[in-house]
Amino acid sequence: MKKIIEVEHLVKRFHQIVAVNDISFEVEEGEIFGFLGPNGAGKTTTINILCTLMKPTSGRARLAGFDVVRQQNQVRRSIGLVFQDPSLDIRLSALQNLNFHAFVYNIPGKVRKKRIEDVLRMVELWDRRKDVVRNYSGGMRRRLEIARGLLHYPKVLFLDEPTLGLDPQTRHHIWDYILDLRQRESITVFLTTHYMDEAAVADRIAIIDYGKIIALDTPDALKKRVGGDIVTLKTENDEAAIAEIRHHYSIDAQRDSEGVFFEVQNAEEFIPLLVNKFNTEIHSISLRRPTLDDVFLKLTGHQIREEAGGDVAMRRQWAMRQARGQPGRFR
Amino acid sequence: MSNLRAVYIIWYRDLLNFWRNKGRLFASFIMPFLFLVIFGTGLSSSMFLRGGGTQGEGLNYIQFLFPGIVAMIVLFTAIMWGVSVVWDREFGFLKEVLVAPISRTAVAIGKTLGGATIATIQGMVMLIFVPFVGVSLSLGQVLLLIALMFIFACSVTAMGIFIASRIRTMETFQVVMQLLLFPMFFLSPALFPVQNLPSWLGALVRINPVSYGVDSFRQSILEPTVAMSDFGMSLFGHTMSIPEDILLVALFGIVMVFLAVRSFSTQE
Repeated sequence: MKKIIEVEHLVKRFHQIVAVNDISFEVEEGEIFGFLGPNGAGKTTTINILCTLMKPTSGRARLAGFDVVRQQNQVRRSIGLVFQDPSLDIRLSALQNLNFHAFVYNIPGKVRKKRIEDVLRMVELWDRRKDVVRNYSGGMRRRLEIARGLLHYPKVLFLDEPTLGLDPQTRHHIWDYILDLRQRESITVFLTTHYMDEAAVADRIAIIDYGKIIALDTPDALKKRVGGDIVTLKTENDEAAIAEIRHHYSIDAQRDSEGVFFEVQNAEEFIPLLVNKFNTEIHSISLRRPTLDDVFLKLTGHQIREEAGGDVAMRRQWAMRQARGQPGRFR
Repeated sequence: MSNLRAVYIIWYRDLLNFWRNKGRLFASFIMPFLFLVIFGTGLSSSMFLRGGGTQGEGLNYIQFLFPGIVAMIVLFTAIMWGVSVVWDREFGFLKEVLVAPISRTAVAIGKTLGGATIATIQGMVMLIFVPFVGVSLSLGQVLLLIALMFIFACSVTAMGIFIASRIRTMETFQVVMQLLLFPMFFLSPALFPVQNLPSWLGALVRINPVSYGVDSFRQSILEPTVAMSDFGMSLFGHTMSIPEDILLVALFGIVMVFLAVRSFSTQE
């Protein structure tokens, strides 16, 4: 397989904060590559470097064989982008937005109309093509951005949190497009997300935390790293339960807001044994298969949904937004 | 070639957005209209600008003021067009432009031409007041004036865009522009003749590029009515002609376009 993205020892510093800390990875042509991590982990910074909006502090990145610092225009022509934050002109219609894009990407006049119609039909916005984008819902805007990102037939489509802030139904809808697209166009998709279920559709996932890639593998292989099934107990006395589990089965259980949880192989058979001779009173037991959430927790020691957890991460995120020139939420 | 198409579409989008917002077109006439009708009429009733030497030749204040007000609307519209850059940044559209495979020069030039076209259109609409202020314009004069307005507008738009490219929020842009705009307007010959100013004020007027734009407008509008040597700008004792005026304005504009291009190139 051909390598479409090659990243070597990439570093990006914003003043004293290291947003991207010496990451290296490769993406193969035609695959869906997921970048998974909490807000402020360095996902968007990496994308910004790959799409030439930022210069790396050190390290190298090549896209479709072009260097992202020295061959910016060739890189730009090879990529389509759906940014995390909206980037449409909401005062213009869908047609006018796409027309603008067609001109700046130098799509010849002969094929322009046809291509615009194609992408608009694909995202089911053809009927609304003359409406001003201001009147579109969040999901429609996202679909229009995806259509725009595809208009110039890019080799790589970047989707930075493509479903952020959308309702579950719309999220689902947009994923259908992306998967369908991959089937038809053999395009490479590079996506970032902090939704575990979204990352699971990727062929390979890089888990990124505090600017470092801490794991890179297929979703299945990553799930296997967690080991067995996860059993969660709600008990009368969590401390006693943990001690008891350690004593009888040599398993280190942990506590969180849900209760006591631990990993075990063949949980279906294990649970009856446990219940039979457990001294601490158990209120409920739940069992589930490992998910990417568990992988993340296991690898990083914290949960992805804690909004990057705590003060340090908040400040990191704030500083990075500042550096990107976006109005921060914490201002 | 691809950059020319980019310049065209960036210019075209600015015009589209301007046209979609026709309300602003009318709103932007309120200030100049008040200046012209109230300020101008009021001061005309007690002021007459006598020409030097020869008798009987002179100007009504409102005649004197009119070119200044045309310059005012061009200046205000052009410089405020920088807000579209801030707007694009705040609403994310700037990213779409900056990540496109076009040179940053094309972006800066497209934006400059867009804002300049709009400012020129606004300036042209002001010409409907010509019959009411007691001046007459030939077709040749109108064409010359349009060309002068466009060059002046390009220079000022480029300045607005350069400043806007360094600014992140609307609020900051508004404040910075107010701080710049009024000194640039007041320290020009728009509202008063500059011949007999105290030297400190005269010096400030002479280093202000807007002054030469105003002067070129005034000459092109009033020249047949009155000898401009009495009311025109002079630099080191030399009375400026229209080509000299507009050359200075254009030089200023070229510097500003250069700065804007450089500023866009270092955007992250």
